[in-house]
Amino acid sequence: MVTLSINNQKIEVNEGITLLTAIEGIGIKVPTLCHHKALIPYGACRLCVVEVQVPERAASLQASCSYPVISGITVTTDNERIRNARKIVAELLLVRCPDSETIKKIADEYGVKEPRIKKKNEDCILCGLCVRMCEQRMGRSAIGFTGRGPRRKQETPFGKHNEMCWICGACNFICPVGKKVQTFTSDRLPIPIPDSFNMGLNERAVVNVLYPQAIPNKPAIDNNTCLHLNYDVCGICKEVCEAKAIDYEQKEQKLELNVGAIILSPGYNLFNPDLKPDYGYGKFKNVITALEFERILSASGPFQGKIIRPSDKTDPEKIAWIQCVGSRDHERDYCSAVCCMYATKEAIIAKEHEGEKLKCDIFYMDIRAFSKGFEEYYIRAQKLGVNYIRCRPLSIKELPETNNLIIDYLTEDDRKLSGEYDLVILSTGLTSPGNAKKLAKEFGLELNKYDFCETSSFAPVDSPKEGVFITGVFTEPKDIPESVMQGSAAAARILSLLYTEKGKLVKEKVYPPEKDVKGEEPRVGVFVCHCGRNIGGVISVPEVVGYVKTLPDVVHAEDNLFTCSAESGEKIKQAINEHNLNRVIVASCTPRTHEPLFQSIIQEAGLNPYLFEMANIRDQCTWVHMHEPKLALQKAKDLVRMAVAKARFLEPLYKRKVKIYRDALVIGGGVSGITSAINLAEQYFEVYLLEKSDTLGGNLKQVKFLLNGDDPQKKLNSLIDMVKHHPKIHIFTNSQIVKIDGSVGNFSTEFKSDGNVHTINHGVVIVATGAEEYKPTEYMYGQDKKIITQTELEENLAKGSRQLSGQTTNHESSVATPQRGTRHKQQTVVMIQCVGSRDEKRPYCSRICCQQAIKNALLIKEKSPDTDVFILYRDIRTYGFNEGYYTKAREKDVRFIAYNADKKPEVEKINGQLKVSVYNPVLDAKVNIKTDLLILSTGVIPRDDAKDLAQKLKVPLTKDGFFLEAHMKLRPVDFANDGVFLCGLAHFPKTVDESIAQSLAASSRASTIISKEKIELAAVISNVVDENCDGCAYCIDPCPYKALTLFEYMREGSIKKTVEVDELKCKGCGTCMATCPKKGIYVRNFTLEHITAQVEAALQTV
Amino acid sequence: MTNNNFDPIILSFCCNWCSYAGADLAGVSRLPYPTNILIIRVMCSGMVHPNLVINALTKGADGVLICGCHIGDCHYLEGNLKAQSRAEAIKLMLQDFGIEDERFRIEWVSASEGERFAQVMKDFTEEIKNLGPSPYKV
Repeated sequence: MVTLSINNQKIEVNEGITLLTAIEGIGIKVPTLCHHKALIPYGACRLCVVEVQVPERAASLQASCSYPVISGITVTTDNERIRNARKIVAELLLVRCPDSETIKKIADEYGVKEPRIKKKNEDCILCGLCVRMCEQRMGRSAIGFTGRGPRRKQETPFGKHNEMCWICGACNFICPVGKKVQTFTSDRLPIPIPDSFNMGLNERAVVNVLYPQAIPNKPAIDNNTCLHLNYDVCGICKEVCEAKAIDYEQKEQKLELNVGAIILSPGYNLFNPDLKPDYGYGKFKNVITALEFERILSASGPFQGKIIRPSDKTDPEKIAWIQCVGSRDHERDYCSAVCCMYATKEAIIAKEHEGEKLKCDIFYMDIRAFSKGFEEYYIRAQKLGVNYIRCRPLSIKELPETNNLIIDYLTEDDRKLSGEYDLVILSTGLTSPGNAKKLAKEFGLELNKYDFCETSSFAPVDSPKEGVFITGVFTEPKDIPESVMQGSAAAARILSLLYTEKGKLVKEKVYPPEKDVKGEEPRVGVFVCHCGRNIGGVISVPEVVGYVKTLPDVVHAEDNLFTCSAESGEKIKQAINEHNLNRVIVASCTPRTHEPLFQSIIQEAGLNPYLFEMANIRDQCTWVHMHEPKLALQKAKDLVRMAVAKARFLEPLYKRKVKIYRDALVIGGGVSGITSAINLAEQYFEVYLLEKSDTLGGNLKQVKFLLNGDDPQKKLNSLIDMVKHHPKIHIFTNSQIVKIDGSVGNFSTEFKSDGNVHTINHGVVIVATGAEEYKPTEYMYGQDKKIITQTELEENLAKGSRQLSGQTTNHESSVATPQRGTRHKQQTVVMIQCVGSRDEKRPYCSRICCQQAIKNALLIKEKSPDTDVFILYRDIRTYGFNEGYYTKAREKDVRFIAYNADKKPEVEKINGQLKVSVYNPVLDAKVNIKTDLLILSTGVIPRDDAKDLAQKLKVPLTKDGFFLEAHMKLRPVDFANDGVFLCGLAHFPKTVDESIAQSLAASSRASTIISKEKIELAAVISNVVDENCDGCAYCIDPCPYKALTLFEYMREGSIKKTVEVDELKCKGCGTCMATCPKKGIYVRNFTLEHITAQVEAALQTV
Repeated sequence: MTNNNFDPIILSFCCNWCSYAGADLAGVSRLPYPTNILIIRVMCSGMVHPNLVINALTKGADGVLICGCHIGDCHYLEGNLKAQSRAEAIKLMLQDFGIEDERFRIEWVSASEGERFAQVMKDFTEEIKNLGPSPYKV
């Protein structure tokens, strides 16, 4: 060890290190330029000079980067002599490279405005970084120095391109004045590594975090491009990583796991737009895919969210989207289901970004806005000025001078038009994942002709092989919520399969008994983190530590290179014991990522985890104020002072555990409720299944056929049979809920069933109350037996009855089976879509009616091929593989006539003959059809009593009257209220397989609660101060969770009003606290006292 | 900037779920904003009692900002709506205290809006600098 003094501070350091390392080690900054940690010190620029006093000798200026530590020396890093020396260095550097930003900044720092000597305008400061890099790290020596003195310059042998150069680009990277050194060593340019997450729109480094949400959010070394891993050179990252986290020896490992079930979620591949050469993707720079545009729009994308086009990086003013690229064509007769909405979303975001001036045109065939909230979103886009053009795009041409694009397209009425655009976006479809065939072989799956693995309607996530489940787009193209539902559904299937094994691998962490700190004076310990250079490189951490020690109640403070390292964790625990700390503060990064880790550490030392506070001096200080180090230091001190002020008031908190009822209540005995009930019963939970009517089966009873040919009644009956005979399922028909009390884990429900009143206790609720068919008032429904709904038609088709219409015996309307013996007379059937959907009263799309119409049209055509079937539609929304049935219907001569919302079809009856007239935009004329039967494709509407149930459960409805889940995309079966879940038509119109997937998802989510004996309640919740509360009840209504109740009790002979917190419901938002005028209620550890302490500490001027 | 020597103290109450995360993202993205801002983490913008704002502004803060999730995105369903209605009341109270109501602001910043966070902080600091020191500052 060597002892020396730096700025009057005596330190001990290891032998053999340089002075610069020693100085930086204690948090003092010295300017450097030619120094690099991974290279041998050179001492060329002399910017790092410090004053060194060897005992008995005069103090001299020395370059600290190359001067070794010597015992007994005294070092000064800043005084006038040093500043003057650095100023001259800066001035001379400015003479050589007056245009370099780096040099200008250094010169500015030392007060050099204009050099006193004539500027030379060189592009090199002879720091030798490139030469040393090439030689020492890359082992190439492709560049060196020639000449001496004033003739010294950096050069390649004979001034020619050098074959030794392997265009790694390290010289360019390291040059402080931004010289493109590598252009001298080779005529080739470094090959950029495209950032695959940003669709190759920008470059990335070899070592990088793959994408902003990567888990773990840590950089990885790309072993395909890393020079060290491939050629055993470089290795710079290992030298510069202060955390010593780089391990080149890590190898890919093959692991063997024993598992009870497997879920296949391989996702999808994006359609390769090269297969559509007419659109010029890859040939024209300004033709991009929608996913590329998605990245352009993203704030973390290649252009930081600025909307610019690739060719010239300018703002586009006219953008076109071309839909169905790689979907709904001859080779891929399916709809990718997501492109209409993502194009709409992109157009809306682009419009919001750029405003009025941006023109967005979407070229489409049908807009398929069929999910919850989608139709409203589509309407919003139109209101924002997004222009939808129904047409068939033919080709794209590029204008060579502007790189603009001309789209030729064929309109509905067969006119050929064209439009010029700055940017064209291809809405590419979803294709099967690249490993589909391999997976199919491995797991014995059958793929359809597009290499997707279709599942059956009643087992939407089951593969043919037991224990293997399939979710996501691999089964069929689908959107996020459907994928999430399928994911949870697969979990539910596995939970029922492996319920005996549930929780067996869980290991609970055991902590030592907790120290009682009650009544103790606060003894605060503060740990200030360098976070490598992230904090330590900007501010002096030791100075912060020194400051912290002066704060009241702080009995210990220290700095750590990385406070989150295992080693520092041990030091924290040691300090807690040694100094008897009862409050701990870590000043480092953000509590959002690291609080749990530190809480666990102090818990290991016997402290309650809530006696912990963090000061965010990295994310909210040094990272954002790196260019103002002095002010950053001040702010870091302020932040730590505020944390100390709060910490002194912290109290130990406990997550109370409450025993729960492990039974489930399922409301609704349709296919959704039945499915949920069976799954939960299979997981060995008791289930109470409540049905409003006298029979089980719900809406599915009316569905007689499925598009894929499955017999729904057979399946439904077997499910009903199963549910009726399951010993764990208790069915209550003719039931009506009276009231539901309690909250997650502890509900109590009173209901009537078949005349009796029951009360049950249960831990979770699944809402599966369904919806109903809209009974139309339009199109003369009810006035003629020949006007019926699709469901009524289906009923008639199932009966195989001769007539499809009402109860008529009129032979003329018997289109299904021609009368025996009579000459077959050609019949006409007209179907009108969107009856009671997509109108002003019900703006949503009912999702299933298009499929239903096509299904029934095909059935009619099958039974009676001569019957003319017309379908009057607005957009045909046969998403996913249903598209194939749409194609089939057209092949079978079902005639589709589009109508506009503002020109709805008209129905009249003349002399007993029904006549439908509709304006057809294709013909630009009114079409009149005499029909024998008019079928109305009526929408799905919410049940009237949904509102009542919603109120009883305290859950919200959408403005359309369907139940509203916690998050439309990511939490499609949860309510915001814990313990209540949602599935089936009560959520939104959907098909059988979608309902079943969602009900399985609901039982899987419910199982996460009732699988445990107890639930842990949040600790940071509200608490009432009875002395302060006068029962004014101001807090009660604003509570978003209805967790507060007013009650009265007798105190000292009089009635005292006060408020009570339901700890199961309270989430700790503190709305009550901010509403209370009398400090009668507070959120634990966020009390007014805590926050005021922080405020006052912030306002202390130091 | 009208007053170059004036270095205001500005407190920003940021909700844990959106704005505090937005501030972290500004950090991760290295988006600078003035050092005058001191952030106090609260669980929800709806938790900030009007007295906290008034106290801060009468005890030496030159500006106070409450940042929460965008309307409709509140982690606690509607805490931000409560904060919004309270903000109007706070502005009225400030008038009684003789404090310019521009010294208090409520803003919505989501967890993904690092850029917006930095911008809001820059704008507000600029505004406070233009206003000059708080009348309560000794």
